[in-house]
Amino acid sequence: MPTVRLTRRYRFSAAHRLATPLLSAEENRAVFGKCNNPHGHGHDFTVELSLLGAPDERTGRLVPLAALDQFASEVVLKPFDRRNMNVEIADFAALVPTTENLAVVLARRVASAWPVWFAGSPARFEKLRIWETKRNIFEMSVPAAPEGEEAGRESHSDEIIQSRSSTV
Amino acid sequence: MLLTRKIEFSASHTCWNPALSEAENQAAYGADANRHGHGHNYSLEVTLEGEPDAVTGMVVDLKAVKAILEREVMEPMDHRHLNLEVPPFDRVVPTTENLAVEIWRRLEGQFGAGPAKLRAVRLYETEDLFVEYEGR
Repeated sequence: MPTVRLTRRYRFSAAHRLATPLLSAEENRAVFGKCNNPHGHGHDFTVELSLLGAPDERTGRLVPLAALDQFASEVVLKPFDRRNMNVEIADFAALVPTTENLAVVLARRVASAWPVWFAGSPARFEKLRIWETKRNIFEMSVPAAPEGEEAGRESHSDEIIQSRSSTV
Repeated sequence: MLLTRKIEFSASHTCWNPALSEAENQAAYGADANRHGHGHNYSLEVTLEGEPDAVTGMVVDLKAVKAILEREVMEPMDHRHLNLEVPPFDRVVPTTENLAVEIWRRLEGQFGAGPAKLRAVRLYETEDLFVEYEGR
């Protein structure tokens, strides 16, 4: 069967403030600019999940879309939509909630939940893209697990999740 | 260098496999399993790879590319019912995945001898769902 990439796009809205205790107030303002506003601000984020694999021979689908949508709702959308990421998302207790770091956190959550939800599926979670605005887009790829290892386990830590970001 | 040409076409389909039970069809396709069919405005991006010609500065004659896409995709698929009018979807379920692969198969030979090789097709079924196929 041919190998295809299926990408599904979702949206959520959340607040953040970019600030780090490692820098002084003045340095924070210099580094983060408007994003350092002490009251925070928010975005309508768009997130794309890309899956790679050979479609099921009987259904012609890589995954049932309803199952993928439910997965995205539970793992990505419900925890983040209408939340203040600095205050309500534990991952950002000691991590600046830049969209780069948000991509890392989401990719890690998706990669670790994927094999639980989609055990035996021909599809593997390949990459995640996130739009902070229509002009700032970030992408994380999750390398395929080596032969014999289960794909997308918690062992996908920062050093083996490759990040690239683009500011357009 | 990569070059992408985009076209849009509208078609109806139903995702229903007679070899599966009603419950299996519902689980696999959800609302798409409505046997009366429904439609989409598909958007197709065809990506070609080649080097610009030293004289013309062009990778490929885009008029020729347009004609190929018109003949191989628009004419047979636009405003058609995929299951009823576009083989092999009389026996293959026209999911986005299968349609992307079928479009690749129709286009691949058209670019075989030309200056630009077919590199990828990206088929949007909706703004929020697309499938890419690179012939692998």
